[in-house]
Amino acid sequence: MAKSEEYQKRKPELIEVAVSGNEEVSPGVHLISWKRIFSFKPGQVVKITADPALAPRIYSICSGNEESEIRVLFNVKEDGLLTPWLAGVVPGMKIWTCKPYGSFTDGNNPAFWIATGTGIAPFYSMFRSGIPENKTLIHGVRQLDQFYFEDELDWAMGNRYIRCCSQEQSCNVFPGRVTKYLEELDVLPTGINYYLCGKALMVVEVRDLLISRGVPYQNILSEIYF
Amino acid sequence: MKDSLFGKSLQELTALAVELGLPKFTGKQMAEWLYQKDISSMEEMTNLSKKARELLSSRYEFGLINSTKVQESVDGTKKYLFPTAQGKYIETAMIPDEDRKTVCVSSQVGCKMGCLFCMTGKQGFQGQLTAGEIVNQIRNIPEWHEVTNIVYMGMGEPFDNMDEVLKSLEILTSEWGFAMSPRRITVSTIGFVPGMLTFLSRSEAHLAVSLHTPFDDERQKLMPVQVAYPLEEVIREIKSWDFGRQRRISFEYIVFKGLNDTPRHVQELCKILNGIRCRINLIRFHPIPGTPLEGTDENTLQKFKDQLNDKGILTTIRASRGLDIYAACGLLSTKELG
Repeated sequence: MAKSEEYQKRKPELIEVAVSGNEEVSPGVHLISWKRIFSFKPGQVVKITADPALAPRIYSICSGNEESEIRVLFNVKEDGLLTPWLAGVVPGMKIWTCKPYGSFTDGNNPAFWIATGTGIAPFYSMFRSGIPENKTLIHGVRQLDQFYFEDELDWAMGNRYIRCCSQEQSCNVFPGRVTKYLEELDVLPTGINYYLCGKALMVVEVRDLLISRGVPYQNILSEIYF
Repeated sequence: MKDSLFGKSLQELTALAVELGLPKFTGKQMAEWLYQKDISSMEEMTNLSKKARELLSSRYEFGLINSTKVQESVDGTKKYLFPTAQGKYIETAMIPDEDRKTVCVSSQVGCKMGCLFCMTGKQGFQGQLTAGEIVNQIRNIPEWHEVTNIVYMGMGEPFDNMDEVLKSLEILTSEWGFAMSPRRITVSTIGFVPGMLTFLSRSEAHLAVSLHTPFDDERQKLMPVQVAYPLEEVIREIKSWDFGRQRRISFEYIVFKGLNDTPRHVQELCKILNGIRCRINLIRFHPIPGTPLEGTDENTLQKFKDQLNDKGILTTIRASRGLDIYAACGLLSTKELG
């Protein structure tokens, strides 16, 4: 994260908020929260920085749009400038954020939600906002303890919540990556929307796979973790 | 593994000289050898004492990386494949055109941006290039003394590797480095806003922005970056910047059949670019494996260009080069990885 003179000069649209919670939901993965002061659409993102002089990073909101707090899920990157600091914030400490924005949003039509790792965040926000009907959520992780919000999603979505784990095995969990799970499906509906969220390689591989199986690219919406 | 001298700035070279107990001016001497002369080893830095050269050799390597493959097109375009420190590959294109020789450099190994039309994106992100690895793509091709222009339009998003890209620009434009005019250099982005602002404030090189459609919903399906950095924000920031008379802003626009080549697109382009003194470069799309997209036909392309020019936006069609060697980035290195 390079220090930008322009950000120092303009402090673009950033506001200071007090953190209200910081929970380590899995080793190296945190959920931080602060009081919601703006309305938002589930799937939208916010910018976060420790200092308005530094260029902010962008995170998907991971909470329902009627909840009193906004939450954000993030991995701690050891060589990162922001997340090691963010992992250590305690209630009352200040961070800088912005009004939610973004167009990775879903409606009432049937859709597949496909995520890896912390890419579950926008879909969990959609789920918590009450739009899980007609949706199938496929979540891929490396280790079993990375199925964030598993109990809640399993209880509410049942067999429309599919877990894929590439490095560990458990009952009711597909052994392998999300792409392998999709490859093995006999039928992939082509007339619905597909929402992909995660790292670039997963998004690109899944998108290519869907297109090769007849899904129009216009039906595929992607959010990549930069 | 020894650290490389090549790719270090004057400040870094001076600091390491001082640290080794060498005179401070040794830094500038090294810079001139590294970036202005045809040598490839410390032993050839003959205005340094023998002891200084031995000392440097014991701690550092010169750091040039040779290409492992070269392809040459019938039109003279060459594509170089360079290995990277992570055991991957990057591509560099050298494009001759009358009295110009333009080098198109990569800034990352693979790319995180995942654009639907891009072959490099299919590799995912493999790693960042160092400033040395970026500048090596110019210094270590046979034509390096004849290079007139440099474009950062190869593999990767330059502004997602901001520190190293800025350092490479410093080496290319400083009098102790390649001493090139920044007006001979264009850095292309898909609209990575924080990096773009840093670049605008810290470099004098030209800026090119990949636009590809003026409509948010269409752009989002072509370019996932639209979710994080909407076009509206990119354009707003550009409009607020004073580019002066010499610095150029251009928009890259790959023209896809039936997708972004209609009069509706002309109208919207005029609307969003109103007030920006810019050029649009229309680019023919050459399909990549598995793509659902098609390039537009020549008649439509010409008509699209004419309509934009008639509306007062300077618009050109970029000549396609090196088609027989897939000079568009990503194909060769992806094959090499496979």
